[in-house]
Amino acid sequence: MEPLIKITGIVAALDRENVDTDQIIPAIHLKRIERTGFGQFLFSQPGWRFLPDGNPNPEFELNQKHYQGATVLVAGKNFGSGSSREHAPWALLDYGFKVILAPSFADIFFNNCFQNGMLPIVLPENEIKKLMEKAQSKLEGYELTVDLENLQLTDTDGFSVSFVTDMFRRDCLMQGLDDIGITLQNENKISEYEETLS
Amino acid sequence: MQPQTMFDKIWNSHIVSDEVGKPTILYIDLHLVHEVTSPQAFEGLRLAGRKVRRPDLTVATVDHNVPTTDRSLPIIDQISKKQIETLDMNAKEFGITYFDMFSSGQGIVHVIGPEQGYTQPGKTIVCGDSHTATHGAFGAFALGIGTSEVEHVLATQCLVQQKPKNMEIRVNGSLPFGVTAKDLILAIIGQIGVGGGVGHVIEYTGEAIRSLSMAGRMTVCNMSIEAGARAGMIAPDETTFEYLRDKPQVPQGESFDAAVEKWKSLASDPGAKFDKVVEIDASKLTPFVSWGTNPGMVTSVSGIVPDPETFNNDSEKAAARRALEYMGLQPNTPIKEITLDKVFIGSCTNSRIEDLRSVASIVKDKKVNANVNAIIVPGSFTVKLKAEQEGLDDIFKNAGFEWREAGCSMCLGMNPDILQPGERSASTSNRNFEGRQGPGGRTHLVSPEMAAAAAIAGHFVDVREWK
Ligand code: SF4
Repeated sequence: MEPLIKITGIVAALDRENVDTDQIIPAIHLKRIERTGFGQFLFSQPGWRFLPDGNPNPEFELNQKHYQGATVLVAGKNFGSGSSREHAPWALLDYGFKVILAPSFADIFFNNCFQNGMLPIVLPENEIKKLMEKAQSKLEGYELTVDLENLQLTDTDGFSVSFVTDMFRRDCLMQGLDDIGITLQNENKISEYEETLS
Repeated sequence: MQPQTMFDKIWNSHIVSDEVGKPTILYIDLHLVHEVTSPQAFEGLRLAGRKVRRPDLTVATVDHNVPTTDRSLPIIDQISKKQIETLDMNAKEFGITYFDMFSSGQGIVHVIGPEQGYTQPGKTIVCGDSHTATHGAFGAFALGIGTSEVEHVLATQCLVQQKPKNMEIRVNGSLPFGVTAKDLILAIIGQIGVGGGVGHVIEYTGEAIRSLSMAGRMTVCNMSIEAGARAGMIAPDETTFEYLRDKPQVPQGESFDAAVEKWKSLASDPGAKFDKVVEIDASKLTPFVSWGTNPGMVTSVSGIVPDPETFNNDSEKAAARRALEYMGLQPNTPIKEITLDKVFIGSCTNSRIEDLRSVASIVKDKKVNANVNAIIVPGSFTVKLKAEQEGLDDIFKNAGFEWREAGCSMCLGMNPDILQPGERSASTSNRNFEGRQGPGGRTHLVSPEMAAAAAIAGHFVDVREWK
């Protein structure tokens, strides 16, 4: 996993609530047995990212010119609800996103992000609204700096807000650590627990 | 000691490590595996040279991708075929119990777990599938996880988790005639919203829950995730023990009695503290139908499609407008005037023998409407066999339903059973998200009884008035 410490990137706004993982990646594209290559199917439900002929839908948020190359996504509440499919963060990551900001996330999706070196950040609704407006209005592309070490979001116009995140998860992200390795350091405790069974 | 909730008890008794500043390492008693969310996890193990720590606590089956038509024919979709073959191979390589496509134990993972008796009170259960909440109906802590976590559990038999909060949903009174467990859970989601349970484990309590069969309890717990909850659970009681008594994986004889004694101690202590409590009056409920594109967008069958302009705030208005546009519905249309192209009876929410019996009682000696294509997909091979022994399949076929092999089928657009763009279905499944049953498909969630009656009438009808 690639460590994530501090990034500056373009922000794309997806002003919709309850965006579920069936929208992030439709079931029809879950058949691959790899973790890669899902970005091309991101938001590919009819009426979202693509037109029926396969061309980009000019109406869809992420297809706006000033969102191209975005690495930060700001979305409405309860983002990532529904199916547990990790293909959703894989698709977002493959598309280029590294940080997702929302007023709230669905639990499984939230965990899945961390597992893949992607940072989900919960912010109050009013801050999300501010960021969405900035991203929507700045036509040359709105850049935000996400500083995981200092838990701070800043931009060049003087915007600054701090955020909270689980410190253990933060350390794992910053070091690009793999959960399995960490848990296996407790191997003796697992064996001890197993001995108490039956 | 402080009074504890059932969830607290199960959580506490499974802690392997609980260091300050770190999430808990929790031991997992049962890991269910299916073909869609596992290939990358096994591949990860292989790359790291790791083994499955407890193949004896790991059970796999194929359900999402499998065709529900004649299984002796080759699978046409090559990528689906590959995914199924990959699980065949992984199960063999890692030595896991596996119900393959031709096994008499095959079925939807959340149907076969309980029916084989793997699912038991007090267990911690995970699966790379959000509807793992289903197993909570037995008083287990059962939750859906992502593929990286699947790999983690395979390698360590543990899950790293922050402890969720406790929520109680108390359902007072009893459900009126014609109102089912499905209507109850749709009503609950309609009331608390699709994010209403986020960060919580819901325990369902109260008179109406106690009177439900195990099938009904599974229906309720199944859709906990649709309210955003981490898990749903119901304290085990005589109904639970009766269900489990003769199941293959459940201890028999004296060991069974001993197990029951232990299971009885799981119930939440009197005075246990819940972080959130919601009360519902079951006696006021009616059959429900979803009108929108998430399971919180529901109304009574006697109601109308809501007008987006009547919603509270701008974002709700926008969401409702978008939903109605997608669903091809006009505000204020009576629900009973909505006509259907397809009816799907199945999924881990409603495909058990009890569900099929209810359907049979509605459709016996009737005919499916000429404009409707209706399929019934049993949740497992065992359910299918039981239904056939009881002659239910003849009732279905005579009425004009297709009678299929077990699997997820039209619950999700991943196998050959899908809606065409613009087609409208009444479905007993759990998700009405855009495109869930196939790109452009329009889904209305209902109970099996409501779906059955709608198949006959060609539009929604109030099953309480069914003759
Ligand atoms: S029936 Fe539907 S919800 Fe249940 S496991 Fe299968 S796809 Fe998932």
